[in-house]
Amino acid sequence: MSLAQAAPAKPLLSPAMMGLLKVLGAFGAIALAIVLLVQSGAMPKGSVGHKVLAAPFIDMWELPDLFAQTIWEGLVAGVLYALIALGFVLIFKASGVFNFAQGIMVVFSALTLVGSYEIMTQRLGLPPGTVVAILALIIAIATMFVLAWLVERIVLRPLVNQNEIIMLMATVGLTYFLIGFGEYIFGGNPKVMITAQLGLPTGSTQFNILGGRVNIQHLDVAAAVIASLMIAGLAFFFQYTRIGRALRAVADSHKAALSVGISLNQIWVIVWFTAGVVALVTGIMWGARSDVSFALEIIALKALPVLILGGFTSVPGAIVGGLIIGIGEKMGEGYWGPLLGGGIETWLAYVIALGFLLFRPQGLFGEKIIERI
Amino acid sequence: MFYRETGQFKTNYAADMAIFPIRQDRIGIAIILAIAFLVVPFVTSEFTLKTIMLPFLALSVAVIGLNILTGYTGLISLGSAGFMGVGAYACYKLTTYFPDVNILIWIFVSGFFSAAVGVFFGLPSLRIKGLYLAVATLAAQFFLQWAFVRIPWLFNYNPSGAIEVPLRTLFGVPITGPTAELEVKYLICLCFVVVMTWLASNLVHGRIGRSWMAVRDMDIAAELMGIKLLNAKLMAFAVSSFYCGVSGAMFVFLYLGGAEAGTEFAIRLSFLILFAVIIGGTGSMIGSFFGTAFIVALPTILKFGAPAIGIAITGATAEKIVLMIIGALTIYLLIVEPHGLARLWQIAKQKLRVWPFPY
Repeated sequence: MSLAQAAPAKPLLSPAMMGLLKVLGAFGAIALAIVLLVQSGAMPKGSVGHKVLAAPFIDMWELPDLFAQTIWEGLVAGVLYALIALGFVLIFKASGVFNFAQGIMVVFSALTLVGSYEIMTQRLGLPPGTVVAILALIIAIATMFVLAWLVERIVLRPLVNQNEIIMLMATVGLTYFLIGFGEYIFGGNPKVMITAQLGLPTGSTQFNILGGRVNIQHLDVAAAVIASLMIAGLAFFFQYTRIGRALRAVADSHKAALSVGISLNQIWVIVWFTAGVVALVTGIMWGARSDVSFALEIIALKALPVLILGGFTSVPGAIVGGLIIGIGEKMGEGYWGPLLGGGIETWLAYVIALGFLLFRPQGLFGEKIIERI
Repeated sequence: MFYRETGQFKTNYAADMAIFPIRQDRIGIAIILAIAFLVVPFVTSEFTLKTIMLPFLALSVAVIGLNILTGYTGLISLGSAGFMGVGAYACYKLTTYFPDVNILIWIFVSGFFSAAVGVFFGLPSLRIKGLYLAVATLAAQFFLQWAFVRIPWLFNYNPSGAIEVPLRTLFGVPITGPTAELEVKYLICLCFVVVMTWLASNLVHGRIGRSWMAVRDMDIAAELMGIKLLNAKLMAFAVSSFYCGVSGAMFVFLYLGGAEAGTEFAIRLSFLILFAVIIGGTGSMIGSFFGTAFIVALPTILKFGAPAIGIAITGATAEKIVLMIIGALTIYLLIVEPHGLARLWQIAKQKLRVWPFPY
């Protein structure tokens, strides 16, 4: 065997990692420049430059407990964003549909859970408790399966191979339908998530660290653990099961998958059902933090910057993107928000994502876009 | 039948390329315009004018604007409601600073402010494409919406945080404000719509429009052919936002008569406008009107029409059912005709042309 046939030397780091390193390097350089500016006296205290570039970091350094609290809150929010984004990615990979209804599926599944629990305990007179809660959970999962099946039958199958914007609009139509349907069945009033009945921990613990108190909700810890378990489970499912292999094949190429005898329709049902279960878990977690109502719709929009940041086709991207957006948003709101009059949380996530996108148009982990004539 | 082109010979290139090549089309458009100007304002009830005609006219300008961007240039935007808001606030500020200049001029000029903002938020379109761009334009939507609420200078420090439309007149007749007659507002809106449609139609049929369509079909190929992507894409954003801005100013000054931007120019409206573009048919002027009619008239018809034919539904339930029907109907329409109502219209015309033969 000649040398020419030897495999080319593997680069030490994958391109995504190199990109990340470059970004980190750039941040480091900027940080150094700021420190130099402040030290040299070019930015006196109280000037706009100092307020924007230096004061927030000094705050972080001087009040580490507040900083830790902010990071923790951002992390928890990030996990939840990542979960919603995960549902998007699953469906986009397998069917090429940008499923705008994912956010509504979160609310709808949570409503089904709480609503069926209410109906069973109040109208049917079953004793409230864990047993009924688990029964409600089963009903919610079954509903998500029926939804997945119906969506495949009624929406996806007739629209197969259509333009992506038409598929997007179809899922927007699905969103409207689910909002109307959910409110019609369960009423528009906000509901309280059955946190305790499902066996999820409540309450909070305070840690005395870093010269202050950091408050950690037990539920948030549970959310992070469950989310990690679910992501690990999904990774295992994708990597080592027969259906998982079929799913990856479909994600790679619809035509090739069809040609080796994989049923696209079946895969789509499975993928939409998986996304529905992910939505249910997200709905439980998010519903436990606030009430369950269609106002949660807004979180679905929050997942979109996560999605473009991580790339539409990447599961790790959804997770990393979720954490970046979650932490970035909370830190931006906490440290820079007051300078702009607050409330910047609504758009900061998009601006962060846009900033990343200008350097990597396919998202951090997305597949490289190759264009040919 | 009556819709035939038999005997209409075209003797030059201009006649062949005319937008309405068949005489019956020209007669038809003249009749529609005549009815819109002379019959509708005097025949229809005040209720219809207020709940259907005014929002239809105001929104149709925005839908044409988005159609220029999405349908002709292939760039998806979800920030149209934000750009509409820019137009509305620009118009409000302009007419407070210069109350003597006619409001109609300001409604038109406010489009330029919106265009400038649109160009700024259109810059990422040079690097980002497709659905990534759609999500990126949401940044514009949310940022603008935030600005409308948080910058009190924009609404003249009104304690209510809303635009209060002042009284403005044209030749002594009040056209905006609480005392203006509905018919007058309707006629003014109609004039705007006619002028804007005429401008847009000329734009998309000319050199600029052709470069847009080349970019839509494949931007790299267009670039190779010598179309400057920067110019074409930013031009599309500018024109589209201009239309949205004018539409926003019309929406607030002629239809609503006062608005709170946080609620009026929300993301929902952006989606509704994109909806109208897709349902009506991307890349079609008449489709824009069909789509607008669909989104404006359908909720009203469902809400007030169902009780009229004996289906008794109460207000709260009605809203939910309307949402369900809109959602289901959208999916149904997309399945039946993914190219929108404009394609159905085209098919109908083609059938008429060869009637009674199938083809």
